[in-house]
Amino acid sequence: MSNAAFPRLLARFFRHAGPATASVSTLILGWEAYVQLSGISPTALPSPSRIIGQGFVQREALARHSLATLQATTFGFASSLAAAFFFSILIDFCRPLRRALFPVFIITQTLPLVAIAPLIVLWFGFGLTPKIVLVALVTFFPMLVALAQGYEATDRNIAALLASMGASRWRIFLMARLPSALPYFFAGLRISITYAVVGAIFAEYAGAARGLGIYILNAKNNFRPDLVLAAVFVSATLTLLLFGATVLLQRAAMPWARLKEIRP
Amino acid sequence: MSQARLELQHLSKSFGPTDVLADISLSVQPGEFVSILGPSGAGKSTILQLLTGASTPDAGQMLHDGQPLSPTQHRFAFMPQGDALMPWRRIIDNTTLGLEVQGLRREAARARVAPLFAEFGLAGFEDHYPAQLSGGMRQRAALLRTVVQQRPMLLLDEPFGALDALTRAQMQRWLAGMWTRHRWTVLLITHDVREAVLLSDRIYVLSARPARVAQEFQVPIDHPRQGAGSPGLAAIEAEILQTLLNPED
Repeated sequence: MSNAAFPRLLARFFRHAGPATASVSTLILGWEAYVQLSGISPTALPSPSRIIGQGFVQREALARHSLATLQATTFGFASSLAAAFFFSILIDFCRPLRRALFPVFIITQTLPLVAIAPLIVLWFGFGLTPKIVLVALVTFFPMLVALAQGYEATDRNIAALLASMGASRWRIFLMARLPSALPYFFAGLRISITYAVVGAIFAEYAGAARGLGIYILNAKNNFRPDLVLAAVFVSATLTLLLFGATVLLQRAAMPWARLKEIRP
Repeated sequence: MSQARLELQHLSKSFGPTDVLADISLSVQPGEFVSILGPSGAGKSTILQLLTGASTPDAGQMLHDGQPLSPTQHRFAFMPQGDALMPWRRIIDNTTLGLEVQGLRREAARARVAPLFAEFGLAGFEDHYPAQLSGGMRQRAALLRTVVQQRPMLLLDEPFGALDALTRAQMQRWLAGMWTRHRWTVLLITHDVREAVLLSDRIYVLSARPARVAQEFQVPIDHPRQGAGSPGLAAIEAEILQTLLNPED
């Protein structure tokens, strides 16, 4: 890297990340100032410095529980993706099946999590299974819709071209419809991954041996809002990291999407 | 007369209550460049759908080298509207598409198309993505993808419709030059009179929907042609425009 490139890179970083950094720091500083000046009890509203301090003291427990949540999120999301791919292909090839299954999928989205989470724990126990089921339940539909819509977005000329070449329906799906769905898939992925962490925490909250959800529940029951918020901070960080991973994944998987015409 | 490469006899086609094709009869000889010219919505694309097997005619016959055309045989190399390049495939992998569908392995298909890149003005752009190329280059890549399939006949559906006027004129001259060298059998669908006159040996002008062949024009001028400015072409162009703008009632 040349000497001139580094300041430019730095300037670009501040132009992109600067506003967000400023707004978040202002919020935290204002919060800290309010707690210090008003003398409000830390059991009602702990200051950010107290949250960070107590969170640091509890770092081993937080890490252990985060790992459990991350595990539930990953497994749940992976099963959800597999199911979404399977069903999206099924309904893409069979229109009547689409009309039969879509209402069922929509109904799964109307179930209030507060009611369904304890039931799922009741049916599947305190292990990993109920978390996987709940995460999958929350993220399946957005992924399915994204994929189904993505297949439909295939350029008709490309499909006609492949058909004229003698490509089978499955071949056209693999060569044209599936790659056409990639931008939609990643848009769905970015939305679902944020639901996924929340879904896992919700499932743990309804009953679990380990996980951020049960950690939050215990902290609340012990009147430790500082630890509740420390766990919230960890889960937010987890979500942001997963979100960032999907963005990087998209860049790697779709190198052509950011290309422009070369003008000699 | 020798046997026609393609012969359409009294084709008709309706979509529901809409009669799109009323009575289409035309023929294309081997090595001949024939255009179908017609107003928008006249059913030009429907003729292509029938030829590529995307739909079937209500009546009439389609003969290829004297044999009835069946939808399972793929006699035509089809170039759809726009360029229909896959944005996620590099140019070389776009041009091998037809060969891959025919069952050729990717490496073998690449070896087959690679020597043609220079002639199509695409040398050095093999590993680029379509988004990186200009409109004209994309069209040349699309044509390369079409001819490399080595089908007995090319079907071109308004290949230059999406280009700006200057690029279109350049591409038409380029295609005229390429055709003079290769003498492919071509059926071109277009609504650009000048394009049809510059490129074709014969032109079928369609009526408004439901389409029938309104008139057939010969363009008895040797290839390579001097371009749209030449008096012979201009006279034919004027005559065709007259037919299109003042349909007999």
